[in-house]
Amino acid sequence: MTQNIVEIDNLSFGYKGRMLHQGINMVFPRGKVVAIMGGSGSGKTTLLRLIGGQIKPTKGEVRVDGQVVHTQTREGIYQLRRKMGMLFQHGALFTDLSVYENVAFPMREHTDFPESMIRDLVLMKLHAVGLRGAHQLKATELSGGMARRVALARAIALDPDIVIYDEPFAGLDPISMGVICDLIRTLNDALGTTSIIVSHDVKETFSIADYVYFVANGTVAAEGTPADLSKSTLPFVHQFVHGEKDGPVPFHYAAGDYKQDLLGYEA
Amino acid sequence: MIKRSRLRPLRTLGHAFIKRIWRLGAGARLFWLTLISSGESFRRLHLTIREVYFTGVMSLIIIVVSAFFVGMVLALQGYNTLQRYGSSEAIGVLVALALVRELGPVVTALLFAGRAGTAITAEIGLMKATEQLSAMEMMAVSPISRVIAPRFWAGVIAMPVLNVLFCMVGILGGYLVAVPLIGVDAGAFWSQMQANVDWRLDILNGVIKSVVFGIACTMIALFEGYDAPPTAEGVSRATTRTVVTSSLVVLGLDFVLTSFMISL
Repeated sequence: MTQNIVEIDNLSFGYKGRMLHQGINMVFPRGKVVAIMGGSGSGKTTLLRLIGGQIKPTKGEVRVDGQVVHTQTREGIYQLRRKMGMLFQHGALFTDLSVYENVAFPMREHTDFPESMIRDLVLMKLHAVGLRGAHQLKATELSGGMARRVALARAIALDPDIVIYDEPFAGLDPISMGVICDLIRTLNDALGTTSIIVSHDVKETFSIADYVYFVANGTVAAEGTPADLSKSTLPFVHQFVHGEKDGPVPFHYAAGDYKQDLLGYEA
Repeated sequence: MIKRSRLRPLRTLGHAFIKRIWRLGAGARLFWLTLISSGESFRRLHLTIREVYFTGVMSLIIIVVSAFFVGMVLALQGYNTLQRYGSSEAIGVLVALALVRELGPVVTALLFAGRAGTAITAEIGLMKATEQLSAMEMMAVSPISRVIAPRFWAGVIAMPVLNVLFCMVGILGGYLVAVPLIGVDAGAFWSQMQANVDWRLDILNGVIKSVVFGIACTMIALFEGYDAPPTAEGVSRATTRTVVTSSLVVLGLDFVLTSFMISL
């Protein structure tokens, strides 16, 4: 068994002639909460899709549990995905199913458990995220925070080795954000899983992550523990962590001369 | 040297042509993947039965009501022409043959594309837009076997059944206009129909047509949904394309199948 459950080695990825990532190296040790942070459009979610085998790298490789993802057959990728659970940004719950059926879905698809066992497991998972009482509700009847928690229960339904979180805090009220934050850390420690979080919410992510990678301009701009990065003097990290308007990431989108634009208009 | 602007129309035309060929190939690939992933639809029959309910049973009202009016109009128009030649008793045959051979399969398919086809496209498109299909993929569950194949087989099963119902209700509508309203002899209406409608040439060919239309309409609806850009505009355009493409394909296929069936 390798020490790192996920390893990204010299990875480059691009499409339509534009390189999104160039020579990225990351490791995700077993049992840890590791965050990937960066601005919008920096390719954080694309990294998750590369780990999940939904897209193939242009160069380099991603290894999950020692196996190179992009060289796997479809069946091989499905075998690897059975070790993963993923929480999508907006939950991605199946809207035609109830909360109970959503959590039961992976169990029904991948196991031969009797219905009584599925029922117990579903209620246990829902209890862990505090929504046992909502099991009969339809997915469309849930608030954003509740949908995220149900999706988390579904992601851990089969006790995966890795849980991937895509922007788990986006669009949540402070209470729901705190609940999700606490759940990620608690479930990670209780189940012994490895958590990979993609986020740009600095405060919440720093409060639960063991290690953080900052992605910018297609490369790893900085990495370290939240404590180290909070004190970092690197201009990009400083701007990001303190939410400064201007810095290495400019406020203005690249444009021509301002005066020329204003005076050069012809009706 | 030819100016670039003069080449632009040619480039646009070429691009549109390549795009259509690409979509045709992608559609054929999805059809193939659906066929080879169909085992689940029959092993877990409840998935397919559920979709038969949504595509077939939920389309019943529009099919039955339309069939009733189509049958009545056929009887009115048919009687108007036949009585000039003193053959008003043949009204039953006219209504039955028109429905069983042509109108039944074609109108059922057009209504199916408008009612069930659009619903399938919108559902799959929204599942894609809300990442439900990606979630399934990440759970190591193939969306093609779990979502696409059951809907495909449901459409293929529902279409001929709806067609048969359309023909039956249409004939009933024709009977109500021809016999109680116009006064055509009921015995002549039914006996001529029985004598002149052939089981294989008319009824079976009509059912074969509806099976082919079922495959075409359902596959178009599924492909448009699966291929839709994951935005509100993308799903809306895909839904429109489902109706337009299905209607054209049904009418074109009807001509091809009719020519083939007549030549046999």
